[in-house]
Amino acid sequence: MASELVEKYFRKETLPNIWCPGCSNGTVTAAIVRAIDNLGLDKDKVCIVSGIGCSSRASGYLDFNTLHTTHGRAIAFATGIKFANPELTVIVITGDGDNAAIGGNHFIHACRRNIDLTVVMYNNHIYGMTGGQYSPTTPRFDRATTAPYGNIDRYFDICKLAIGAGATYVARSTAYHVQQLTKLIEKGISHKGFSFIEALSTCPTYYGRRNKKGSPADMLKWLKDHTVDIKQASKMTAEELNGKFIIGEFLNVEEPEYVEEYEKMIENLRVNYK
Amino acid sequence: MSTVEIRLGGSGGQGLILAGIILAEAAILDGKISVQSQSYGPEARGGSSKAEVIISDGYITYPKVLRPDILLTLAFSAYSCYKKDVKENGMIIVDESIILPEEQSSVKVIQFPIIKTAQEVIGKSFVANIVSLGVLAELTKLVTKDSLEKAVLNRVPPGTEEINRKALLEGYNLVKMRGSEVWQRQMI
Amino acid sequence: MMATRLMQGNEAVVEGAIAAGLKFYAGYPITPSTEIAELCAEKLPFVGGKFIQMEDEIASMAAVIGASLTGLKAMTATSGPGFSLKQENIGFAAIAEVPCVIADVQRRGPSTGMPTSPAQGDVMQSRWGTHGDHSIIVLSPSSVKEAYYVTIQAFNLSEKYRTPVIILMDEVIGHLREAVNLEEYKDIEIIERTMPQDKENYLPYQHIENGVAPLAPFGKGFRFHVTGLVHNEDGLPTNDPKVAEKLIERLVGKIENNKRDIVMFEEKYTEGGDVLIISFGSSARACEAAIENLKKEGIQAGLFRPIAIWPFPDERLKEIYPKFKKVFVVEMNTGQLYYEVDRIVKGDTYVGKINKFNGEFFTPCEIAEKIKESFKNGI
Repeated sequence: MASELVEKYFRKETLPNIWCPGCSNGTVTAAIVRAIDNLGLDKDKVCIVSGIGCSSRASGYLDFNTLHTTHGRAIAFATGIKFANPELTVIVITGDGDNAAIGGNHFIHACRRNIDLTVVMYNNHIYGMTGGQYSPTTPRFDRATTAPYGNIDRYFDICKLAIGAGATYVARSTAYHVQQLTKLIEKGISHKGFSFIEALSTCPTYYGRRNKKGSPADMLKWLKDHTVDIKQASKMTAEELNGKFIIGEFLNVEEPEYVEEYEKMIENLRVNYK
Repeated sequence: MSTVEIRLGGSGGQGLILAGIILAEAAILDGKISVQSQSYGPEARGGSSKAEVIISDGYITYPKVLRPDILLTLAFSAYSCYKKDVKENGMIIVDESIILPEEQSSVKVIQFPIIKTAQEVIGKSFVANIVSLGVLAELTKLVTKDSLEKAVLNRVPPGTEEINRKALLEGYNLVKMRGSEVWQRQMI
Repeated sequence: MMATRLMQGNEAVVEGAIAAGLKFYAGYPITPSTEIAELCAEKLPFVGGKFIQMEDEIASMAAVIGASLTGLKAMTATSGPGFSLKQENIGFAAIAEVPCVIADVQRRGPSTGMPTSPAQGDVMQSRWGTHGDHSIIVLSPSSVKEAYYVTIQAFNLSEKYRTPVIILMDEVIGHLREAVNLEEYKDIEIIERTMPQDKENYLPYQHIENGVAPLAPFGKGFRFHVTGLVHNEDGLPTNDPKVAEKLIERLVGKIENNKRDIVMFEEKYTEGGDVLIISFGSSARACEAAIENLKKEGIQAGLFRPIAIWPFPDERLKEIYPKFKKVFVVEMNTGQLYYEVDRIVKGDTYVGKINKFNGEFFTPCEIAEKIKESFKNGI
């Protein structure tokens, strides 16, 4: 990452970070920081909320108002912050275990409320912090410490979940497609309403090694080879798309936003029930 | 210090908890101390429901009713369940529709067509609770009519003030028509 | 002007909270606490506050902490099952030192138990429900008027000591309506959060012996880190054993060493006698009536009623229990506060327990009978 971004947005005393060599969490975090920088947001008015897991450690490294919460609950804490102080830009950093498993209920209800949060889910397909257990996004038949004979669970497409639950901005990119990822996060932050950006990432230490995915560079290359842009995907058959992740912007619509709706209600009460 | 304990027993949906609240509020408007509590099952309608009110000149230590001076009930189940708790020389007010078993007791039992009055005279069965309050107030003079009317109007839904005021008057009338001076004397 | 009016215990909590400056409520429906949420939904919009019904108990505790970090006074309310679910985040508020208030209107448990019936089974859960070590403040009112008063104090203490404070109610007090006149509380002091001055050198977790640093709200230029991990004075995580030890010591010490400032209790007839009754919440009302019964039987009984049950007012108890032949702890559970009393009395005096856990409230008679019986047996 450009050193001026580190200088401007990171708490230097917290570095180096705890992430393993070759981990792509740093890349995704850098995309978030670059998006904030591109938007020219006031650092004092940005709040980063994270849950528990490798990716959620990012909040501690960043020089904003930062809150590292309990496992799965980041969105619920963030809801309290945004609702209490709407002038803050609230960005949630979470992982596939944190958001799709233990935090699933908060996620779907925040989507439904369409509260103005931006959630970036680092999806490395594994529980890294606890040493490599399968998550709701571990591909079928892949191995994990708790799936020593292969994972029989079905894959959970969290972008589809977000769309179904009522989120109004949904996108996916990867740690390989940094420029696209940055752009999508930027759009997500600018979007009024609940924005969800899935960032496919890599865990060479636990997921990669156990599943013989090669070096960190090989894993990034795998992301490149197994993703298809949404524009291109529309011209492909289901067979051609099998085993590929579609990336790009899936949804970008305007719907009533929760905090604004509450404020409208208050205004209405003020006028009509004096 | 004089303390009177009242229990209102019926089934959920009859509005007796609201009646208890109104009675306690009327007592406060009269400058007395009161507490009100209730117990009920998980059902919103049809289950047994009980409201209790204690009216006193001074601080009420124990907030629940153990031996009511007055039991008012609109349902047989509540009558049979609570009649044994009523103090000797206490009083039970029962809706006329309830067929009472023949039994010996030192407790006075008096019946009024409360539900029928609500249904047929007022035309709204849901005001049976307010008719009950009218009966209770006329019979016992526990609260003043002024305060009771104020308390009723404070608590009933907007738009129903008139029928509730009427319900109260019909409650008073039920007792007046019965010429119940005897009851009044005993209660005071 | 506030006149005397009939108010429900749960309503008094809301009125007290608003008087203390409540601006944010997040909750989830649960009997017998739901009236607190309903009234907050109705009233908060008119006092510049906000109400949100979250998707579950865990989320409501989380949202309360989030809101408090922006500088708003925030609370939630629940009952046993929800209180259990909130525990992890209550622990988060304890270590992250975020002021917040939780009302637990107790019902008969364990589990779903008897939702509309009273109990006092959460005495230990309120103290030790979270994992790990920390101290906490728990206040238990025994009347509607006192529910109003302790709610204001709950907010005051939570701000002063940067800690979650629990209002431990029970179904009897939560649903009881009593004549209250709030006029006498109109001059009560309201403690507001202090704003730190120095943005450059701000240490949100500065080591202050038996105390806390001021908590800056998010969004005012302090940009600090809040975490449930053990952290340095700047809030950043560390695994340093020395820092961990100092932090935990301070979390416990800021409450235990300020006990004299925190404890609240009421006593009646504690000059001495045959039996000292220790009770709290609604049960204490039954005890008060039982004392009158006992007096008629020639048994002199006193009442010691902790209003702050945690930290327990042990210093005062130590002064008064030696003046009695026996001590009885009366509570609607199988014996919880009993253990704290027994620990304090340490075998000097007989400590008995009188318990009820069938979903019904105590009657004064049954308490008096058990005490009389104990004298008959000459214990």
